[in-house]
Amino acid sequence: MLSIRNLEASYGRIQALHGVDIDVEAGEIVTLIGANGAGKTTLLMTLCGKPRAGKGSITFEGEDITRLPTYQIVRRGIAHAPEGRRIFPRMSVLENLQMGAVTVDPKYFADDLDRVLTLFPRLKERIGQRGGTLSGGEQQMLAIGRALMSRPRLLLLDEPSLGLAPLVVRQIFDIIRDINRQQKVTVFLVEQNAFHALKLAHRAYVMVNGRIAMSGSGAELLADAGVRAAYLEGGHEAPPPRPAPEAAP
Amino acid sequence: MDYFLQQLINGLTLGSIYGLIAIGYTMVYGIIGMINFAHGDLYMVGAFISMIAFMLLAVLGITSVPLALALVLVMAMLFTAVYGWAIERIAYRPLRGSFKLAPLISAIGMSIVLENYVQIAQGARVKPMQPLIQGGFDLSLQPGHHTSLSLLQILIMLLTVGLMAVFSWIITKTPLGRAQRATEQDMTMATLLGVNVDRIISATFIIGACLAAVAGLMVTLYYGVIDFYIGFIAGMKAFTAAVLGGIGSLPGAMLGGLLIGLIEAFWSGYFSIEYKDVATFGILVMVLIFRPTGLLGKPEIEKV
Ligand SMILES: Nc1ncnc2c1ncn2[C@@H]1O[C@H](COP(=O)(O)OP(=O)(O)OP(=O)(O)O)[C@@H](O)[C@H]1O
Ligand SMILES: [Mg+2]
Repeated sequence: MLSIRNLEASYGRIQALHGVDIDVEAGEIVTLIGANGAGKTTLLMTLCGKPRAGKGSITFEGEDITRLPTYQIVRRGIAHAPEGRRIFPRMSVLENLQMGAVTVDPKYFADDLDRVLTLFPRLKERIGQRGGTLSGGEQQMLAIGRALMSRPRLLLLDEPSLGLAPLVVRQIFDIIRDINRQQKVTVFLVEQNAFHALKLAHRAYVMVNGRIAMSGSGAELLADAGVRAAYLEGGHEAPPPRPAPEAAP
Repeated sequence: MDYFLQQLINGLTLGSIYGLIAIGYTMVYGIIGMINFAHGDLYMVGAFISMIAFMLLAVLGITSVPLALALVLVMAMLFTAVYGWAIERIAYRPLRGSFKLAPLISAIGMSIVLENYVQIAQGARVKPMQPLIQGGFDLSLQPGHHTSLSLLQILIMLLTVGLMAVFSWIITKTPLGRAQRATEQDMTMATLLGVNVDRIISATFIIGACLAAVAGLMVTLYYGVIDFYIGFIAGMKAFTAAVLGGIGSLPGAMLGGLLIGLIEAFWSGYFSIEYKDVATFGILVMVLIFRPTGLLGKPEIEKV
């Protein structure tokens, strides 16, 4: 469904991605993990054309979208709940959701709204509240809900669990699974919370300094000693580590 | 008391005109963070287009005043909107993403271009126009005093109120207004959601130009004389109004416009008419010193 080939991207003279190859098949949940500054957010933003890819190609459902204007990319069926949530602070919850649906025929709006509010009953209670005054968890729900309002086939999520209490994190991950299974939305998930993310994912990639260092099924990476040492250290939910011969990649 | 009432009426009329222009400054600032110094000249262009349109209608033999007014209103808005749209395309869009001062310099250049263009095309001399709407009401309270409210003043205020209502409705209730506010709050996110930001910015310039065109039409009718230079001073005052109300805030622009009109009218009425501009710009200095965010502005000053 999505295939990324030899992708490079830079901010000015600083290159952030050095030839990334990633595939996401329809129906999958694919996770990308990596340390701070590895280039995960840059990759998701490059998929949307901000920044523009320097080299390489991005193909979505057989169409080359590498050079498409950003506002056209979402019209192809890719929605993005970006890093930092980026809720419109001085617009109500309803208006934020309406903005999510700008590319969709208005005749679907009532049904879609209903679906999102069923998924996130908290948003229903706060439909008239200004986005900027929501709690972090509520903002994250709104960011995902807003992305779903565009009827995406591929959902890009950038650290949806960031800054949330463990209970809310579990709730968010459950919802991501539901979206994937029930609404048949393919998910490409960037996470720091590697344990949850790898458990949820069908397949996963590890990014180090703008390159893909490793890939495999979620379970494989979860069992890998290097991954454990680098991304799961101290994770109390993880089983005891096997002796690790090598440090992180 | 009569004298006070008269200044109040004059001030509200003038303030309506400034308020309509001020909205253009504040909207453009809100959405792309620049001061469009050519905006005052759009108002001047609107005034000239109105005058030309009136003459054209007279030649065509349309003498019904309400019909002529309605037609001129539409024509002024239409043609000034084209100018507003073109200014953004030619002078600002190519500079988007360049350093912060670049569009500002370009705006000043655009303003000079427009003034000289109108000067060459229409001549440097003041253009007079026959009063079109006459009559009014005598509101004198005491014998021997004189207070009047002209039909034209009523028209100006009503038209302003009506336009403000339509404009507020567009901004708060329609998809266009929603996309505009979203773009203003987070342009990147709006793009990620599929908003064509270039179109929204064009729409912002078009709406601002339409309102400035109406102000230009009003001033043509109200003062009966226009020249190529009226945009500069009125533009500066409307800009002051936008800053006074809080740049980026739409209700602020309307409020600031009214206040500047009132200050100017009362200062002229009670102190000296020669120093009315000093009073207005004195206010600008005071606001910038004591309340840089303006009366209704948001406390955040990230975009300055
Ligand atoms: N707008 C920018 N301008 C310049 N450099 C940037 C910009 N955004 C990111 N970078 C740099 O690009 C690199 C990759 O950043 P990116 O945000 O993609 O990392 P990340 O993997 O998402 O990290 P985190 O987990 O902390 O969110 C970093 O070195 C960062 O400093
Ligand atoms: Mg990131």
